[in-house]
Amino acid sequence: MANHKNNERYQRQITLKELGEIGQLKLKEAKVLVVGAGGLGCPALLYLAGAGIGKLGIIDFDQVTLSNLHRQVIFSVHDIGLSKALRAADVLEQINPDIDIIAFNEKLNNRNALDILKNFDIILDGTDNFESRYLINDACVLLKKTLVYGAISRFEGQLAVFNHPSEIKTAVNYRDLFPQAPTDGEVLNCEEAGVIGVLPGIIGTMMANETIKLITHIGDALVNRLLTYNSLNNHFFEMELSANPETAMMIPRDADAFRAYQYDWFCSTNSAFDLVPEQFQEMIKDKNTQLVDVREAGEGPELADFNAIHIPLSRLQQQIPDIESTNIILFCRSGKRSKVAAEILSRHFGRSKKIYSLKDGIASWHKF
Amino acid sequence: MRVHLTLFGQLSDITGKREMILHDIPDTATLLETLNTMYPQMANTKFAMALNKKVIKENTILHGDNNIALLPPFSGG
Repeated sequence: MANHKNNERYQRQITLKELGEIGQLKLKEAKVLVVGAGGLGCPALLYLAGAGIGKLGIIDFDQVTLSNLHRQVIFSVHDIGLSKALRAADVLEQINPDIDIIAFNEKLNNRNALDILKNFDIILDGTDNFESRYLINDACVLLKKTLVYGAISRFEGQLAVFNHPSEIKTAVNYRDLFPQAPTDGEVLNCEEAGVIGVLPGIIGTMMANETIKLITHIGDALVNRLLTYNSLNNHFFEMELSANPETAMMIPRDADAFRAYQYDWFCSTNSAFDLVPEQFQEMIKDKNTQLVDVREAGEGPELADFNAIHIPLSRLQQQIPDIESTNIILFCRSGKRSKVAAEILSRHFGRSKKIYSLKDGIASWHKF
Repeated sequence: MRVHLTLFGQLSDITGKREMILHDIPDTATLLETLNTMYPQMANTKFAMALNKKVIKENTILHGDNNIALLPPFSGG
């Protein structure tokens, strides 16, 4: 009976000889996660549920607002204030009760990402910020998952398939295209820049289309290619991407490094940050972090707990070449001079190094 | 060496143009220097560069006619 009903449900797509019953079975066996039930995620989810993706995950921590409704087509005015993930799951359940829908009403972060993503084969990135985009990319690289990427800005959209395993091509990921995250304010989000609802509708629908093509092995998916669409003049522009050995070095090497990676800081304008004693205690365990004592010669107390190089603030400018590590922690007695030192190094190194200053100095760390 | 430049996202806002033709550009580094002089705001913007529809990372010598696209990352969703 279930088969008979499903044959009717999927009849129009099974009729496509390229897809057929075998393709339908592949869709049923597929496990797809959509990150963000927003402008891109809503249309993608509607079509993926309709197509019969066997296991469909939705992760979003946000609630529905009135300003979402012009583009987030799953929701209605009755849903305002409700969890996007849970409400989207309810609506999709009504569209297709024969598939398994899993809702995560939480924010994807570097502590939960690997555990959530590992249960899916294809990940769709429909998020609205760079922090999440780099985090999802890195998690997909570590877990060897295919990433269907979509993003929009005003009247333009981008679409690509990253990190897709292939015998003939080296998998390209998001960092191969954009190694460095733009700084705060460099790129406006939808709230600041505005967006017409149709654009994420088009790009989100194309993300679902790429996903269905990848699962059923039909057509030519955008593997290692980036497509840009301009909704004002209907121009499409496609470019070929290639792997970049340098960017491979920027991706956390394993699960532990991924959990320790500070994505919010990576996507921030600043390269110099304050460390509280708890963070300081954690970070000094990392052998790749260089500690720099900026107190003047002979100043106490002596610190035997860890290895630090000694460069008094008064000599810092001249001794900048002595600082080689990418992660640097500066400290002094009360945190004032190390903050000045952090600003000097930040101006010198820009975003090429992460520079930290122990807040309130070793005085507060000793108390901790 | 002629460059037919296509600009995406906020790069077309900064320059006020979607397309541009530039002449006598020997390599891609010179192209970027020229653009940064014409539009200082571009120096603070991150973008990928595609030469004849292939993304390039290194400075590349240009011959004849070239299609170059500059594409910033988008975050919206």
